[in-house]
Amino acid sequence: MMTRYEIVVGLETHIQLNTETKIFCSCKADSWGAEPNTNICPVCSGLPGVLPVLNAEAVQKAALLAAAMHAEINPVSYFDRKNYFYPDLPKGYQITQFDEPIGKGGYLDIHMPDGSTRRVHIHKLHLEEDAGKTKIEAGRRLVDFNRCGVPLVEMVTEPELHSGEEAAQYLTELRQLLRWIGVSEADMERGHLRCDANVSIREAGSTVLNTKTEIKNMNSIDSIRQAITLEAQRQIAAVEAGGRVESYTLDWDADTGTLRKMRSKETEADYRYFREPDLLPVKLSEEEINRIKSSLPELPYARKMRFIAEYQLSAYDADILTSERSLSDYFEETVGLSSTSPKTVSNWMMNDLLRLMNDLGKSASELHLRPAELAEIINLVESGKISPATGKALLKKVEESGRKPAEIVAAEGLGLIGDEDALRSQIAAVLSESPSEVANFKAGKESLLGWFVGQVMRRTGGKADPKRTRELLLEMLRK
Amino acid sequence: MNTTSLSALEIVLRVRAGELSAMQVLEEHLAQIAAVDGIPGQLDLPALPPREEQKVHAFIQVTTDLARQQAEQIEAKVARGEDPGPLAGVPVSIKDIFCVQGTTTTAGSRILYNFRPPYTATTVARLEQAGALILGKTNLDEFTYGSSSESSAFQPHPNNPWNTQHVTGGSSGGSAAAVAAYETPLSLGTDTGGSIRQPAAFCGVVGLKPTYGRTSRYGLIAFGSSLDCPGPLARNVSDAALMLQVLAGADPKDSTSSIQPVPDYLAALAEGVRGLRIGISPDYDHIAYPDTETGEMGIQAIQPEMNQAVREVAQVLASLGAEIIENVPMPNARHGIPTYFVISRVEAASNLHRFDGVKYGYRTQKPVQDLTELYRVTRAEGFGLQPKLRILMGMYVSAAAHAAHYYQKALRVRSLIRADFERAFDPTGPYRLDALLTPTTPTTAFRRKEVLRDTVLMQYSDQMTVGANHAGIPAISIPAGLDPQGLPIGVQFFGNDFREDIILRVAYAYEQATELAPWRQEIPQALRAAEVK
Repeated sequence: MMTRYEIVVGLETHIQLNTETKIFCSCKADSWGAEPNTNICPVCSGLPGVLPVLNAEAVQKAALLAAAMHAEINPVSYFDRKNYFYPDLPKGYQITQFDEPIGKGGYLDIHMPDGSTRRVHIHKLHLEEDAGKTKIEAGRRLVDFNRCGVPLVEMVTEPELHSGEEAAQYLTELRQLLRWIGVSEADMERGHLRCDANVSIREAGSTVLNTKTEIKNMNSIDSIRQAITLEAQRQIAAVEAGGRVESYTLDWDADTGTLRKMRSKETEADYRYFREPDLLPVKLSEEEINRIKSSLPELPYARKMRFIAEYQLSAYDADILTSERSLSDYFEETVGLSSTSPKTVSNWMMNDLLRLMNDLGKSASELHLRPAELAEIINLVESGKISPATGKALLKKVEESGRKPAEIVAAEGLGLIGDEDALRSQIAAVLSESPSEVANFKAGKESLLGWFVGQVMRRTGGKADPKRTRELLLEMLRK
Repeated sequence: MNTTSLSALEIVLRVRAGELSAMQVLEEHLAQIAAVDGIPGQLDLPALPPREEQKVHAFIQVTTDLARQQAEQIEAKVARGEDPGPLAGVPVSIKDIFCVQGTTTTAGSRILYNFRPPYTATTVARLEQAGALILGKTNLDEFTYGSSSESSAFQPHPNNPWNTQHVTGGSSGGSAAAVAAYETPLSLGTDTGGSIRQPAAFCGVVGLKPTYGRTSRYGLIAFGSSLDCPGPLARNVSDAALMLQVLAGADPKDSTSSIQPVPDYLAALAEGVRGLRIGISPDYDHIAYPDTETGEMGIQAIQPEMNQAVREVAQVLASLGAEIIENVPMPNARHGIPTYFVISRVEAASNLHRFDGVKYGYRTQKPVQDLTELYRVTRAEGFGLQPKLRILMGMYVSAAAHAAHYYQKALRVRSLIRADFERAFDPTGPYRLDALLTPTTPTTAFRRKEVLRDTVLMQYSDQMTVGANHAGIPAISIPAGLDPQGLPIGVQFFGNDFREDIILRVAYAYEQATELAPWRQEIPQALRAAEVK
């Protein structure tokens, strides 16, 4: 009988906090696109004699993340030194948190496409500084310290994920959460969210943890899904062939979709952790902790479920409208301001607003077109003052001009023709131009009504009120 | 008789009043350096000419140009009627462990022989701001690791001005010697286990280790970060108070600096000692020392003149109205050095990690195969014996396999040492001390080379001083006589947290009361030699 295997995955993520400055000095935190070694100072480049000064914003953001992960926020946490030599680590030690980190415990519930939910527990959540980058060019090793001292939260899951798919879902929901609570841009391509995976296999039903391999250099969620799936298959094949899994570090090559062995990890390094004497303990009072917790917004999944229940949205619509916090806020604000059903607002957003955002490359919060204007446009359409087509065109006009919808309607004469006399003369013109259609209609081909409506619309540039037009047409044709 | 014999306070008063030119002060002190100091410390020194044996060699680098610019600025300010600062025109030397922009900052090590920091330490910046003239960088034990200043990579090392065959003590030996030899009235030192107070005692000057956090560590190349304290060395107590006034205070660049307000130290001096409770401890009239064979700790007597000096000082203070409290138990004092051995070395090993030849300082010229070899050879060539020993020990006692036995245990003992002082100073406790009086050192200055190769014995010369570093409290060493060889004896007052004002007061009262004592009229040998020439 074939052995059935279970895949065991733990993820180690590094989350770059979107603070203004680095964690221990006043250099800008983000140096994306900057020339090497242009965003550095004596502190982050580790000159002798300088001292770190903790960035309070980094502590606040890490604590908020801990709260969002349902972790306990440690009222007194400490920084420690992790000692090792590497050229991208200019002090020869990394300032990190070891045994008393800012967050303890916690979990993230992930929601699989089949409707099941998995709770993934957090093994470790702490603040630390990033190291720099090295590369080899023309036989020389070059070092860039720009990234040194960038504030990171390292978050490690328990080995509770069981497929590449689950790992990808964890990352997807984590990325959403990070952006939702505003602690990180969580852009994987820019390294704001980095992930290594520890992968092992075991017989289904077993609880042992077998030898694992570590996969590095996965720069997208697709890479994570593929690399873990591939590595698990490799391990199963190896064991099936009578071999065993060895403790490797593997490098994912996204271009070829393959894993490359970097080095074997036989011995654990001794980092000789000890308390960082240059920094004071990080103290958060009960008041501060409560304030941080209460500043936590409604989280994505809870909001999605509420949208379904409160606004009778489909799961699909609710999912998309809660993909980003600003979008979901936009939706709710519009619902509050419009006199129509939430479903109608949802349709407008799903069909038209998202397209506009996509075309402009803007998030909901970046639009000039605010919920008040969207609500006004929807109300104009719903009350028959403008046609749906005009309403759709207005979205772009308001976004581009920044003017009020009603103002544009008035200035450009976009309002529907609801005036009976005006409509009657337009209809009369259509009827006199189409004697054979009129004859056919009168002979009983009543399906021609739609054709007459279309003709009136054409003559009026779409501004004829469709409901009134239909009524008047019937009256005039039956006369 | 020229301005070198003036105190810092006298110089400031006269310069500020326009009675004395800062440039004159500077030139006379530069002349004194030229007369007594000899060749500056340097790498790979060839054989030393015999006449240099008589010199002080306090400096690694004399910053004449920098000091002249500063003196010009002071003169201009005085001429314009602007406030030239509370240290206007006072020559100050800086232990070469402080980063000073525009100077080479070597830490007495080959590995930093060419390091020019792009910034200035907060304490030095405050001195400059206050109108001091920065005359140069003084020699020290390599990375401050030692108690004789002989271990500098820059030779010749400083000699004791009272007898150049004896050491200055250390690690702020160059600073103590410069002050004792009238080269600068003030010097900025650092104290991690006694590195200000012990050389001050050996050289017959005043040395103050402030409360941890009272003075900023920013720009000080770290030894034991939880122990390091910048502080003043001066020829008298009021000059030390004047300098501390400028140095002390919160620094946004040092998170461990204190925001506690800084009192007026000079104003406090005159308040006297009447009613103050001064303790003496039987645990400070000997040292505990490990048997070299068995490692067992035994009691060792200290030089009898040290305990005698403590008695005499106590008598003087009693005669001035202080209450002497005998038999204050300090049971954990004996653990000071073993505990220090562990804690300081763990921090030192980590602090030395950054010196890898990659970014600045010395890099081996030998061809290397790979990065690891670059690190290894650079550090092997760049570090002297003391950094290497401290790296080895520091890494051993903080290794995952040993940390619980050594490092974590040492941290617990450290808190016991602190508890001894807390009990002694507790205002509601049995002793209610204002200060604890002890010898500063077990002996007077030992002969050159006598102790250099014995790291353990060398370390034990800090046994009387190290408690203040463990506990974070202030302590001052002041001269209290000469031994039969004519070498200075120092006594020490420990004070409670942030009570520098009280120990300065006590020290000042003793100094004033003994102003006319015959031993105070003696002149160091190096000065006599310079005059004879």
